[in-house]
Amino acid sequence: MKIKKLTLTTATALLLASGITTANAQQLEVTVTNLTQGMYYTPLLVSAHPASTSLYALGQPATSALQMMAEGGDISGLSAMLTTANANNIENPAGGLLAPTMSTTAMLTTTEGNDYLSLVAMILPTNDGFVGLNSWKIPTEVGTYTFTLNAYDAGTEANDEVITGGGAPGVAGIPAAPGGDGGTGGSGVAMTETNTNVHIHPGNLGDDDLTGGKSDLSNTVHRWLNPVARVTVKVM
Amino acid sequence: MFFTQYKKLSLLLASLTIFTLSGCNNGSDKEEVVMTPLPTPAPIVYSYDVTLVNLTQGQPISPAAVVLHNEGKLWTIGESASVSLEKLAESGDNSGVLADAMVLSGQGGAGILLPGASETIAVSITDTEPMMLSIAAMLVNTNDAFTGVNAMLLNNMSMGDSVSFTTNTYDAGTEKNSEMMATIPGPAAGGEGFNAERDDIDKVAMHAGIVSKDDGLMQSALTQAERFDNPTLMVTITRTN
Repeated sequence: MKIKKLTLTTATALLLASGITTANAQQLEVTVTNLTQGMYYTPLLVSAHPASTSLYALGQPATSALQMMAEGGDISGLSAMLTTANANNIENPAGGLLAPTMSTTAMLTTTEGNDYLSLVAMILPTNDGFVGLNSWKIPTEVGTYTFTLNAYDAGTEANDEVITGGGAPGVAGIPAAPGGDGGTGGSGVAMTETNTNVHIHPGNLGDDDLTGGKSDLSNTVHRWLNPVARVTVKVM
Repeated sequence: MFFTQYKKLSLLLASLTIFTLSGCNNGSDKEEVVMTPLPTPAPIVYSYDVTLVNLTQGQPISPAAVVLHNEGKLWTIGESASVSLEKLAESGDNSGVLADAMVLSGQGGAGILLPGASETIAVSITDTEPMMLSIAAMLVNTNDAFTGVNAMLLNNMSMGDSVSFTTNTYDAGTEKNSEMMATIPGPAAGGEGFNAERDDIDKVAMHAGIVSKDDGLMQSALTQAERFDNPTLMVTITRTN
C-alpha cells in the first residue's frame, strides 16, 4: 500500500514537473495582422469566454454594445458584458490604432471554462464596419493555428461614407479617416441600411473626388477585399 | 517504394550515428556499431507538379515563379517588397524571384495564363528534400497586384500526395493603384511595367481590387472586365517523385 501511494505521488510530481495539469486553463498568444492596404483598426478587444456568451451573431441584429464598437470603436460595452460572463479580456493590445499591414499580439491566460476566443475592432474609415472573430473553439492541443477574418457590417448605420466625426451610436457619418486621406463635401452614398442584421460588409465605394461627389472616401485608398485580417493563435 | 525504404534506412543510420556519438563520451565503443555498407544510392529526385488555374474574369496572369526553398519567404505583410518581387508585381518578370538567393530550385511558367486557363509546371530538385514551396505571379491588368503562396510547408507530402487550395491577391505596395493607361503593362492598357520609383506605401498588403472607370475612377484605363475578387488562383500540388 505504502509503495503504491508513493508511486502515485511520484507520478503526480512528474506530471507537475512536466507542466501537465488537469485544469483547463490555457496560455494563448494571439497575433492579429491588419492585411489591408489602407484601413485602420480601432483598439481591439480580445477575449476568451464561455460558450454561453458571444459578441455578435450573423443574421441577427447587433446589440447596443456591438453598435458602440462598430460605429465609434468603443469597446467598453462589450468588455463589460464579457466581464460579467467571467471572460478573460485583453483590451487595446496595439496601444491605439492598428495601422494597415501592422500586427499586434495579446497574451491571454484563460480560466477554466473560457474555451472560446473572440475578437473585434472597428474598421476606419467606415460607418459601422468591423473585423471579427466569433467564438472560435480554442484547441486543447498545443500548437500554432493560423486563419483569416472577414469584414462585417453591424447593420446599424447607413453607409453614407461621409466623414462627420460622428462615432456615437445612432449618429450618422464616419468618425475619422486616420490615414489623413479622407475628403469633404460628399453628398452621401447610402441613406438607408437595408440589411439591419450583422452581415458581410459590402466594402467601401469611395470616389475620385476629394471635395465632392457622393463619398468622402477615396476609391483607390479605402476599398478592401476579404480577408482583412490574419490571426495566429499559439496555444502554449 | 525504393525511396521510402532508403529513407527508413537513412533514419536508422542517423540514429546509429547519434548513438555512436553519445557513446564517444565513454571513450571506447565506436567499433561496436556494425554498419552494413550501402550500395551507392542513385540520386534522389524530389519532383512536384504544380497546376495553376486562373480563376479571374479578366486578369491574365504572368508566367508564375514556382520555387523550392528551405528558408525565407517571398514576401512579408507589412514589410517592403524585394526588388525581385517588385519587378514581378509591376511587370510580370519572374526572373529575379527565380534567381533569389534562397531558391534551391525554381521553374517559371511557360507563358501568360489567360483567365479560365490552366497550366502545370513541374519543379524538381536532386538530393535535397525541399521544405517549402512558394509561387508568385502578377495579375497583369493592374499596377502591382500579385497572387501566390508563400513558404508553404511540404514536409508532410509523400509521393503521390496532392494538395489543392486557392490563393488571395496581394499588393506589392511599390506603385500606386492609379489604374492609368501608362502604368499598367497588361493588354487592357499596354503601359509601363517595372519602374524603380516606389510611390505607394512601400509595404506588402492585401490588394483592394480594381476600381475601374465603370465604378467611378475616371482616370482608369480599366473596365468592369478587369475587376476581380478573391481568390484569384487555384493551385494543386502533387508530389510525383
